[in-house]
Amino acid sequence: MTRLTRTYHGASGATGPLLFLKDTRRVALGEWVEIAQADQPLRRGQVIDAGEDTTVIQVLDETLGLAPARAAIRLTGNVPTAVVGRELLGRSFNGVGQPLDELPPPIGEALLPVAGAPLNPARRLRPTDRIETGVSAIDGLNTLVRGQKLPVFSGPGLPGLELAGRIVEWSRAPGARPFAVIFVGMGLTAREAEHFLDRFQRAGAMERSILYLNQARDPSIERLLAPRFALTQAEYLAFETGLDVLVVMADLTSYCETLREVATARQEIPGRRGFPGSMYTDLATLLERAGIVEGRAGSVTQIPILTMPDDDITHPIPDLTGYITEGQLVLSRELHRRGVEPPIDVLPSLSRLMNAGIGPGRTVPEHREWANQLYASYTQGREARLMAAIVGEAGLSEPDRRALALADRFEKEFIGQQERRDLGQTIAIGWALLESLPRDDLLRLSEPTWDARPSRLTQESR
Amino acid sequence: MSTARLTRVSGALAEAEPLPQCALYELARVGQRGLLAEVIRLRGPTATLQIYEETAGLVLGEPVAPTGAALTVGLGPGLLGSILDGVGRPLGRLAEQSGDFLAPGVTAETLDPESRWAFTPALAAGARVSPGDVLGSVEERPGIRHSILVPPGISGELARLDAGTFSLADPVATLTDGRTLGLVQRWPVRRPRPVARRLPDDRPFVTGQRVFDLLFPAAEGGSIVVPGGFGTGKTVIEQSLAKYGDADIVVYVGCGERGNEMAEVLHEFPRLTDPATGRSLMDRTVMVVNTSNMPVAAREASIYLGITIAEYYRDMGYRVALLADSLSRWAEALREISARLAEMPGEEGYPTYLATRLGQFFERAGRVTALGSPSRTGAVTVVAAVSPPGGDFSEPVTQAALRISGALWALDPALAHQRQFPAVDWSMSYSLYARRLETWFESQAHSDWGELRRETLALLQRGQELRDIAGLVGPEALQGTDRLLLETARVIQEFVLGQSAYDSNDAHSPVAKTALLAGLALQLQRHAQALLASGVAFEQLDLGPVRRALALVRSAPVAAVEARAAEAAFCIAGLSRAAAT
Repeated sequence: MTRLTRTYHGASGATGPLLFLKDTRRVALGEWVEIAQADQPLRRGQVIDAGEDTTVIQVLDETLGLAPARAAIRLTGNVPTAVVGRELLGRSFNGVGQPLDELPPPIGEALLPVAGAPLNPARRLRPTDRIETGVSAIDGLNTLVRGQKLPVFSGPGLPGLELAGRIVEWSRAPGARPFAVIFVGMGLTAREAEHFLDRFQRAGAMERSILYLNQARDPSIERLLAPRFALTQAEYLAFETGLDVLVVMADLTSYCETLREVATARQEIPGRRGFPGSMYTDLATLLERAGIVEGRAGSVTQIPILTMPDDDITHPIPDLTGYITEGQLVLSRELHRRGVEPPIDVLPSLSRLMNAGIGPGRTVPEHREWANQLYASYTQGREARLMAAIVGEAGLSEPDRRALALADRFEKEFIGQQERRDLGQTIAIGWALLESLPRDDLLRLSEPTWDARPSRLTQESR
Repeated sequence: MSTARLTRVSGALAEAEPLPQCALYELARVGQRGLLAEVIRLRGPTATLQIYEETAGLVLGEPVAPTGAALTVGLGPGLLGSILDGVGRPLGRLAEQSGDFLAPGVTAETLDPESRWAFTPALAAGARVSPGDVLGSVEERPGIRHSILVPPGISGELARLDAGTFSLADPVATLTDGRTLGLVQRWPVRRPRPVARRLPDDRPFVTGQRVFDLLFPAAEGGSIVVPGGFGTGKTVIEQSLAKYGDADIVVYVGCGERGNEMAEVLHEFPRLTDPATGRSLMDRTVMVVNTSNMPVAAREASIYLGITIAEYYRDMGYRVALLADSLSRWAEALREISARLAEMPGEEGYPTYLATRLGQFFERAGRVTALGSPSRTGAVTVVAAVSPPGGDFSEPVTQAALRISGALWALDPALAHQRQFPAVDWSMSYSLYARRLETWFESQAHSDWGELRRETLALLQRGQELRDIAGLVGPEALQGTDRLLLETARVIQEFVLGQSAYDSNDAHSPVAKTALLAGLALQLQRHAQALLASGVAFEQLDLGPVRRALALVRSAPVAAVEARAAEAAFCIAGLSRAAAT
């Protein structure tokens, strides 16, 4: 859509991030707008409700000092577009694609609308290629695959960003190719952003990365566009140039709060906790932009990070996200306090696409049973721990006591890790834990799996 | 020619005027690109439309053209195996036109008009026909006859009825009054298709999942609600039913769900074979797919499209399962549209007509005698997943769905976290069909089915109570008989109710196997209890071998189940020998 620009002098009203125009003609929904006012910086905005009576514009910049009656509102005739291309690798931008690195704006290979278009589900390819992240709790129990969206559910003060940093640093795409990494910061504090960037640089990941940073001090409405600029770039790199792209988005909670801010300003009927009823659909338009396309080489894998307010997983933000993503990695305050790093609580964590990425020919044949048994034994141990807190360890049955001991070791030796582990190491640690239990405690393991357990194989080879 | 123009665009809604002659639910084409839309409110000359496609870029003043018809779907051969969006466009042919990403304004007929079918008449010229009569049939997929029916509202005398190969555009029959009938009939998706008579729910829809068949059975023609928070396994259950549920035809509606999961289904189904017929599962399946990022208004329409297709096959005499995942996304689409209409909201912002609409949808399920001759019995069974926010079942969609459905399969995140699947919370789930279906199960599976069911539930209930007590005093403090009950309840949970969708031998459990496993668990309880009564201490019972034997029954290939069960029974009997030594 490229049409003539039109300029209106004076708007009829403004509230919060919104500006209202009366008696408008030929306005397009989603149209990009520039708002000029004497002695004020140029502001940018977007039409979010087009009407001949009233048109509503969402202003991306700070509206402090905006005088509607004195503003000149220029409708550009275009929807927001992003410059995309391989030359953007290694650079950093703000939430609307303007350079932050003092280099000139990129020329790029194409100009694409940031809203994107839904991928035809019939053209999607089933994600099956395992990504080795080097994190045991992920590779062993919640396997990430190429084209998946797997969020980290963090809490205030929990190291969600830290975990994302590790994943970026340690991950290997199938065939050991490195990922192109796109990092989207939404409402991050300067300290968080710096810390993450530092990790990036140390890992030598900068030249294959692109950053889109909207920090806490930047205009909040820009947060709604930042992930769209980033994902447009990600889709281009993946599906046009064949790269495997890993998109890390932090923090989805800030994004959702901005959605609520706009909805409230529009006087929309609020849903749960004041968040708009359309939040599910809105989040889906971001998160569903992960995947693989039939006949195209690259992929978009997403690791969004969100902060669960008050560690509440039923809060609308983690709740709706969990309904869209293919699983979640949940961080636990309890593990964090006990010094287990990364503090991933594997029980509520899940990777829905795990089964497609593991098993014979992909990882080890017994992967599924091995994981099920670790889950079952660890669950039993956690329940036993609760019971022991009440009745004391002496009141536990013999199998419960064994499971409790296993749970303690599992958290320390399997979940906790400082160095990258390859899958073989992860599987071996898991087996060592399982083999500390008698066979009767391990009924999720079939006879053939049990017979082929590593210790027995080594015995026989002797 | 209409001169109506767009006066407002906001999200999925638009207003246009003047459109004084429009009807409610009439379809219209919006804008230069001709986006598909439906009239949902009329006020004076102003019509409000919900647009089934992406609205960004629509410009005020663009033309709006009403079509004079409601949203209809073309019903005819070629539906099976197809993948449609929420308004009935085949996704494969959309990709041919617009590439890998969906573009607004692209259209394609549900059925390929070029396709040709060999038609075998069942009647001859001179026959009097009325609605629902079978004119003849084509073989839609290998072994699946697709009856060509006289559409509702049409009767008369046949002047001609030809055998031969026809395209979907060709007439196959001519009435004496000159009207022609073809292989395709159109039907408005929001209107239920008429039937001759509704039949009682006295036959089961056998799911192949032990926890459902044994404890909370579904009736053929019934409606079942499956609520569960994210990660509790709703989608895996729906997919298992699509694979192993005892239905002739499956209509799978992916309503506002994940694209990658649909890709998985689309990858898997053509490669899987129907255990009953040995044919590819895709041969009996119609997929309606409107993922969460596709336009929200089309999501609202998708469940109606799905159930209309289901009713059409029901009318041919097939037993159809309609699997909807998830109704919450449909309700949210309704809420989103209602909010933009500025309607007064009901609970949690949902429109006040939510329960009415849900009721109308669920009432389209049923076992029926179809219209017309020869006489045919068909059924539409609806299994609808619900995604309650925060896993809280008190929310409006779950509650509205419960009031009108016949069974609840409640999913429990705690079980899912333990990887205990299907994660069915048996204390909360129920089936109003259970009593009625006992007769069938007793004649087909096990003569004591009702007894098995009640005893299993009672044991689980008692086990739950004991577990609560054990949580306070520790299991060691319980009496031997109570510890045994606790153990048996655990055995039932794990080996009778637990079933792995990824174990090829256990993903589908025939009712006979279900009865065997439940019977073994009860036998264990009775036998061990007798031993305790005779003075044996609980610690002397060596349950390890029994548990291992039960695990082997569960994972045995169908042919070996009975032999393994006999071994397990021997193991149970052996408890006394072991205790004696």
